[in-house]
Amino acid sequence: MNTNYDKLIFEISSDEKQGYALPPLDVGRSSDVDAIPAHLLRSDAPVLPQVSEPEAVRHFTCLSQKNYGVDGGFYPLGSCTMKYNPKIDEDVAALPAFAGLHPYLPQNAAQGALQLMYELDQMLSEITGMAKFSLQPAAGAHGELTGLMIFKAYHAGRGDEKRKKIIVPDSSHGTNPASAAEAGFEVVQIASAADGTVDLDALAAALDDTTAGLMLTNPNTLGLFETNILRISEMVHGAGGLLYYDGANMNAIMGAARPGDMGFDVIHLNMHKTFATPHGGGGPGAGPIGVARKLVGFLPRPTVRKDPDGYRLDAGDGQSIGRVKGFYGNFGVLVRAYCYIKTMGAEGLREASRVAVLNANYLKESLKGQYKLPYDRVCMHEFVFDGLAGGDPQVRTLDVAKRLIDLGYHPPTTYFPLIVPNALMIEPTETESLATLDDFVGAMTRIADEASGDPAVLSAAPHNTPVRRVDELKAARTPVLKWQAKE
Amino acid sequence: MNVLEGLYYTTEHEWLKVEGETAYVGITDFAQHALGDVAYIELPEVGETFAAGEVFGVIESVKAASDLCMPVSGTVTERNAATEEDPSLINRDAFENHLIAITLQDAGEIDRLMDAATYRALIAEEGGA
Repeated sequence: MNTNYDKLIFEISSDEKQGYALPPLDVGRSSDVDAIPAHLLRSDAPVLPQVSEPEAVRHFTCLSQKNYGVDGGFYPLGSCTMKYNPKIDEDVAALPAFAGLHPYLPQNAAQGALQLMYELDQMLSEITGMAKFSLQPAAGAHGELTGLMIFKAYHAGRGDEKRKKIIVPDSSHGTNPASAAEAGFEVVQIASAADGTVDLDALAAALDDTTAGLMLTNPNTLGLFETNILRISEMVHGAGGLLYYDGANMNAIMGAARPGDMGFDVIHLNMHKTFATPHGGGGPGAGPIGVARKLVGFLPRPTVRKDPDGYRLDAGDGQSIGRVKGFYGNFGVLVRAYCYIKTMGAEGLREASRVAVLNANYLKESLKGQYKLPYDRVCMHEFVFDGLAGGDPQVRTLDVAKRLIDLGYHPPTTYFPLIVPNALMIEPTETESLATLDDFVGAMTRIADEASGDPAVLSAAPHNTPVRRVDELKAARTPVLKWQAKE
Repeated sequence: MNVLEGLYYTTEHEWLKVEGETAYVGITDFAQHALGDVAYIELPEVGETFAAGEVFGVIESVKAASDLCMPVSGTVTERNAATEEDPSLINRDAFENHLIAITLQDAGEIDRLMDAATYRALIAEEGGA
């Protein structure tokens, strides 16, 4: 492809070109224009790119072809659950009866949508062992904030105003402490035990009558199941705190274990991870939260209830923390998740988690000789290497990641969790075949060989991309955020 | 990994250099190595007072953002703005480039910090030696 189209559309623009000829103005000047103060009216024509229609099409087509998604190849980005999203979910969400719904429709004209929301609440509750869900939060971190607001409302409702602290393990997702701080809590971080799980002594030392709760993922960020979870739950509840479940790693345990049974009081789910809704792209997202029985009253409202004569929006009994999103959450995303759960079925979801765990363990065992495995035990849906086991010591995790791009893969998550200095966090998900996994093992093996035999090829990677190794430090310190017309 | 004799160290990888009433605070070579290329440093204003362990600033690298914690209680008498202007100074020599100078509030607090040998053992355990 002509590399000219790699440039910004402004950079391929020239004044000699014109993509569209505007007809002369054939209506009179509106009196509304005269009402606008003169200093708010522009005197110069705007600087718009001048390109022909085929150039505009080629520019955007070229951009779209640079995109790397799970529809294009393997994407083992740890902690992100980049599973393949079945296209039937898109078809169903695009049905005019869903896509064309107006949020102000009278309830009796939107019974199908209300039924879907009611049943999704029921299904998520069954999968997670929680009493009830609110579908409003627009993303995982929004769910976290909402959950922590419920923590606050619960303690305040008991007249217990001194619970200001949220405990997080040092392996936690960065959003956990960030959400806690945003909700007005003080964050207390506790070190992990040598085996990578929660250190019970450190937890005991951190717990007191100022503890509002503990935030945890299970399996944790190292892909390890917190086998002490019942003891942890006892300790936190014994100190008067609540237990928050970050649903980021829910894809590991569907149909096998339920956060509600482990003692969690509030949970958010990342629909784009576990329930096959679109990732990224700036949204929209969905991060529904589920709560234990004693917290149902605090959920954001309205929720949907089932009456003998149909489905109704339910404003609750006045205890609710209120709305956290306009209308009913990002409904189109909820439709996709609903469709995914219905098409998979209970057995299908159980199988998905089992295969996700199997695939992760297969990759871990296939590669652990060549890459350093700091926590060598059966993992759940993901695992973390601590860089290469051998080869030139100058070769870093970043080089491995960049080289994978050359070999056609999206790199795994790097340098997270922070407790593993050279972390390469790999999550294959259940939707990859044995052949794909074997190809990836081949690529990782080739890189490990290059680290001994030809380290220069790694430090200079990527070689095959439109932009070579980017200067991350410069990008962080002096980012160029917009194109500026030359004067 | 470089560890200087005669300085005091925290478990959060700050160092403290005491000169009479004044002390200098920085991050260790181990810390800069773990962070990687430092992109931003945010320091407190002169005159601000912090308790031991309290967060006095933030250091951010291409990998992570970390709080800067006070090794001992004190009042800021100098902020080394050069490190804010050019954070790569920390990567070049973390011991040569202090972040802030403080007046000590309670010299007794120094006894709670580690000496070079103890700190060296700590980073060996954390996989840094």
